[in-house]
Amino acid sequence: MENIWQTYRIAIIAVGVAIVGLLSFLYVVPETHQAVVIRTGNPERTVNRFRPDVPYGQTGAGISWRIPFFERVQMIDRRVLDLDMERTQVLSNDQQRLQVDAYARYRIIDPVRMVQRAGTEEQLETALLPILTSVLRQELGRRPFASLINAERGTAMTNITSALDRQARQYGAQVLDVRIKAADLPEGRPLDAAFTRMETDREEEAATIRAAGQRDAQIIRAEAQAEAARIYAEAYGKDPEFYDFYRAMQSYRQTFLQGEGESSMVLSEDSEYFRQFRGQR
Amino acid sequence: MAGKKNPWGGAGKGEGDGDTPETGESDPGKSGGPRNPWLPGGGSDNGKRRSASIEDIFKNRGPEGPRRSGGGPRGPSFRLPERPGGKSWVPVIAVGVVLLWAGLTSVHFVQPREQGVVTWFGGQYSRTLNSGTNFTLPWPIQQVTVELVSQIRSETVPSGNTEKLILTGDQNLVDLSYLIRWNISDLALYQYQLEDPQDTLLEVGEAAMRAAVAKQELDTVLTGAGRAEIEQEVRDRMQARLDAYRSGIAVQGIEINKTDPPSRVEEAFKDVSSAQQDADAAMNRSRAIAEQLLARAQGDAAEFNNIYEQYRLAPEVTRRRLYYETMESVLSRTDKTIIEADGVTPYLPLNEMQRRRNQPQAATPAQPEGQ
Repeated sequence: MENIWQTYRIAIIAVGVAIVGLLSFLYVVPETHQAVVIRTGNPERTVNRFRPDVPYGQTGAGISWRIPFFERVQMIDRRVLDLDMERTQVLSNDQQRLQVDAYARYRIIDPVRMVQRAGTEEQLETALLPILTSVLRQELGRRPFASLINAERGTAMTNITSALDRQARQYGAQVLDVRIKAADLPEGRPLDAAFTRMETDREEEAATIRAAGQRDAQIIRAEAQAEAARIYAEAYGKDPEFYDFYRAMQSYRQTFLQGEGESSMVLSEDSEYFRQFRGQR
Repeated sequence: MAGKKNPWGGAGKGEGDGDTPETGESDPGKSGGPRNPWLPGGGSDNGKRRSASIEDIFKNRGPEGPRRSGGGPRGPSFRLPERPGGKSWVPVIAVGVVLLWAGLTSVHFVQPREQGVVTWFGGQYSRTLNSGTNFTLPWPIQQVTVELVSQIRSETVPSGNTEKLILTGDQNLVDLSYLIRWNISDLALYQYQLEDPQDTLLEVGEAAMRAAVAKQELDTVLTGAGRAEIEQEVRDRMQARLDAYRSGIAVQGIEINKTDPPSRVEEAFKDVSSAQQDADAAMNRSRAIAEQLLARAQGDAAEFNNIYEQYRLAPEVTRRRLYYETMESVLSRTDKTIIEADGVTPYLPLNEMQRRRNQPQAATPAQPEGQ
């Protein structure tokens, strides 16, 4: 080994330096990124730029080259990116407030323009966020509250998407989709009011159910009474005069036997009961 | 041999000389070696006897040094056996390492449920590996990223026990939680299309769920009547969105775990079901009363009918019998005062009656005849 080193020291060092030098010409562009080669401040060319319908493996990703020191490579995402909006309050055209949470999906389709107009992905995001917010406010503010809850219906989302897309194209980005993730009532009075309404709604329902129960119970009793009356009438109607006598007898027993020995009677001697008592007339 | 074992071989020669000064001989000319290494002055005049210099050390460590020839059984390092022909082992080892490295990085055992993506130098996409044994070019020429593909994963929304309120079509709120089951349908798309596929999946799910719930009324959501419809709609919507993004994700199913009224108004909702119970209870009670009434009526009617049958057979006798029986049982249990003659003002022994009433025993045996 030492001999090799001794003999070819210069050559080995030269080869090493050459390899390092060659490597500095090369860089790898992953499938997920597109590269902008910037020569002394000017975007010179792009590598692996997004084109729809080019299958992976043929897009230009992989090893590429540059001139070291002269050319700087800036990697820019070519995937679908997420623009997540902060929750924002939106006023509907009937003056109701709604807390809206939306997102946009976009893709950088013109990396050179994006580098020139925005710089980096973060800067692009900070540029797009306020646009998304204001476009949402504008578009949703034209609609009544009830339709905001279901903003998916109708043209609202299409309008917002195209409006945002128009603005994003200036930065070399294409907006694929804007969706409202959540449309909520703001904390505080609107939410409280909604809860109160739900509560009273249920209270009403409960009261209705209870009243209906009472009514049905009453009807059941009334029907039974009617049926009982019919049964009585049918039986007693056969001989009202005998019924009168029979019922009177029952009633006497019922009345006088209730409390034992608590009743006193003053009887006239000529009452029917004592007819035999006086001997045969 | 002893001298050779000493790593400071050069200085070993002066060992004997070095001892003499200590035994008393104080001849400075004979003992040129330094007794004290920190006092360089003494023996510096004699170059042969100074301590080991840097050159000596290097000389001994070199190929001709003691280490080279005197390894012996107790040699300090392991040595490879001589290769026939006297050549170096270095190329052999180098080739072995290269082969091992190539073997380890070019054979890939992709497990069932898994797929792998092959890239050139970590950049250009080459192909997708299916499960089984696969061969690629060694690292770093080709790289492989393996991912679970066919395994169905599930995401619970919301992820803790927090309340997730969603507005329904009739502007009520419902606390809802659901599960998204999904897997990867196209690994290359999954890896390269979206910045954060999982996050996209959740956001798409959220938007779809809210849109689907907003179409339904609160009661349909709560009772579960619209549940299947919501699940199907969310699934379809999500898949349409994810396909539009070319995400490489397949949504297998949506399961709604719970649909509850918000905790703040839960009491009112519970009261509705207790109202239903109350109503049922009231009706049950009424039915019991009704049954009693009817049974009583039927019993009374039957009793009357039976008596009446007898009465029709012998009206006068039955009538009398009933009269006397009744009077008998009535009068036998009451205090009686009988006024005999017309026009006599009766004396009513009210006080006595009162007294007797307080003595129930005395009140009963009274007979009409005995008085």
